[in-house]
Amino acid sequence: MKKLLTNKIFKNNLITYGIVIIAFVVISIIKGTGNLSSLFTGLLVPLCAYIILAVSLNLVVGISGELSLGHAGFMCVGAFSSALFSKCVVGTMPDGLRFLLALIIGSVLAGIIGVLIGIPVLRLKGDYLAIVTLAFGEIIKNIINVIYIGRDSKGFHFSMTSEMDLNLEAGGETLINGAQGITGTPKDSSFLIGFILVMITLFIVLNLINSRDGRAIMAIRDNRIAAESIGINITKYKLLAFTVSSVLAGAAGVLYSHNLNNLQATSKNFGYNMSIMFLVFVVLGGIGNIRGSIIAAVLLTLLPELLRGLNAYRMLIYAIVLIAIMLFNWAPGALAFREKYSIKNWLSKKTGKEEM
Amino acid sequence: MKKLVSLLMALTMVAVMVAGCGSSAGTASGEATYKIGATGPISGDAALYGIAVKNGMEIAINEINEAGGVNGAKFELNFQDDECDAEKAVNGYNTLKDWGMQVFIGTVTSGACIAVAANTYEDNMFQITPSGSDPKCIENPNAFQVCFADPSQGKKSAEYIGNKDLAKKVAVIYDSSSSYSSGIYASFAAEAANQGFDIVAAEAFTSDSKSDFSVQLQKASDEGAELVFLPIYYSEASLILTQANQMGYDPIFFGVDGMDGILGVTNFDTSLAEDVMLLTPFAADSTDEATVHFVNAYKEKYGEVPMQFAADGYDAVYAVKEALEKGGCEPTMSASELCDKLVAAITQVKITGVTGELSWDASGESNRDPKAVIIKNGAYVLFE
Repeated sequence: MKKLLTNKIFKNNLITYGIVIIAFVVISIIKGTGNLSSLFTGLLVPLCAYIILAVSLNLVVGISGELSLGHAGFMCVGAFSSALFSKCVVGTMPDGLRFLLALIIGSVLAGIIGVLIGIPVLRLKGDYLAIVTLAFGEIIKNIINVIYIGRDSKGFHFSMTSEMDLNLEAGGETLINGAQGITGTPKDSSFLIGFILVMITLFIVLNLINSRDGRAIMAIRDNRIAAESIGINITKYKLLAFTVSSVLAGAAGVLYSHNLNNLQATSKNFGYNMSIMFLVFVVLGGIGNIRGSIIAAVLLTLLPELLRGLNAYRMLIYAIVLIAIMLFNWAPGALAFREKYSIKNWLSKKTGKEEM
Repeated sequence: MKKLVSLLMALTMVAVMVAGCGSSAGTASGEATYKIGATGPISGDAALYGIAVKNGMEIAINEINEAGGVNGAKFELNFQDDECDAEKAVNGYNTLKDWGMQVFIGTVTSGACIAVAANTYEDNMFQITPSGSDPKCIENPNAFQVCFADPSQGKKSAEYIGNKDLAKKVAVIYDSSSSYSSGIYASFAAEAANQGFDIVAAEAFTSDSKSDFSVQLQKASDEGAELVFLPIYYSEASLILTQANQMGYDPIFFGVDGMDGILGVTNFDTSLAEDVMLLTPFAADSTDEATVHFVNAYKEKYGEVPMQFAADGYDAVYAVKEALEKGGCEPTMSASELCDKLVAAITQVKITGVTGELSWDASGESNRDPKAVIIKNGAYVLFE
């Protein structure tokens, strides 16, 4: 146990879990006493979803070193498959069981798509991978926009042209209505479920990073040829990271879709803009830094909402803040400045003499 | 440790912003006001519609306040951006709730409206959407609609074409990625079967590919369509008219309320819109008193001719005003109390708005007849 506590990685992970748990407890208390504003209450579930997405994307971008721009696509798969399932079975089983099954379906399906995409795509490197994943995300969005599924007493009907081609009999119900998406998904997501999913995500990702497999993945990132020469199966490990990441993105999609009454695949929520948004979370929080991803996801989701008071200048200020944080975090000049004036140095200077 | 510094910086930033928000929200004056909340896209692709609704609402609210408000209580408007996104609309709605909103006018677009409708129903908040035309927007008893519902537009258009015997072969070009457009098309096609004309071509496009319509037009032309039904917005319609002219195809073009505004498109040869028919509740060129007054006020304030969305926003505010008066409401009532009273009162209200004679039944849909207009010499003329 003592050895564990002195282990730097373990301690670091513990801090990450601690931050999330403390945040959850504090927010729950504030919420319980009725002091949390409606805006924040409404934002809790999306925040959890975005944290999961940021952390899972960090696994691909930071740990495995591949630039993926299709993360919103996996989220989209998870969101739509689970919402369709929930809408089909609503009323036939208890809410808890329904959401659990929806979660499994959404994550597994996103995982399967992840494997299918990953096999050909992970042979590509760098820019090529980014372009292919970008295209994949758009394809998913566009396919979902032409799917029509309906149900009546004869069973399910499927069409890719229009709602009328479903030929539903009277009383039949349209489940997915093309670009108009799915309406009436039961609102099963809650802050508690979101929190549990964030914890599971952290557990999976942090353990993967610090495992034998994780070290193999990082070895491939750092030097592919060296890794190959010592017998690491490149495809297997890259695919592992990519698949785990897409499963988690699917789970985040399930959380997202069960929080909204109406789910549409628009370029706003599942397009490449969103994928890039997730990438911004990762880059801003620090590539490979899981805790940073969490903080960046929370901050950047809250920022536009908190800036609502500025009305039309909102998105402008948001962009400026984004640039400012990015410069502060990563510009060489800013790094040197922070090194020089950091609190840590200042503190150690004060106490340093006594230690010596 | 550099992370700690970043974190500290971020936290101060958030703190400053929260403080900033707090001060800007507290603008309410001492006297009691009705807090009217609204959301719509004022940034992004659909910003045009959100801004129009916002402007229309502002004009109505200024007029009402200058005339002394509702029994002395003035209106206060807070319009939040929802970027045409369901999640952002819910966030905007929650922001408005924190502000103390009592009546919700929104949202502008159907998709976002359906998402917010679930929340307003849960909170028992009165909701009237100016332009969310999908019937799912008003499924709940607390939700009402100012614009035409999509199905009734499609049905009325088909009836109109059938009754007037305008054509036997009809082609439709619609936007499958828009619920507005595909909703109208669906009901149009359903009614077409009863009206004795055939839909010979139903060609779709999406918001990602709305610059070239030659394929769709060629198909319509090849099938010999005498009339092309365009349940789409005017910006795409103007392209279709231009491209049809270039390929020498000259059928009757028939539009719906989204077509309103086509005469104001920049760099569009309005002579191409000659003889285009459209079914619309609002025509900016109408000569009735209410419309002339509204159009002049709008031009004066915003320097442009209002489109139908602005008219919907304007009428929505007046509908709320009438219902508040009818229901004997007080500005001190909670949102939930107001909702109960307004839901009961609005079905007895009848207003002469700029989008026609409006009245509501419990379903939430507004009852009225559309006007069919035809464009002659660059102006709308009522078509009988």
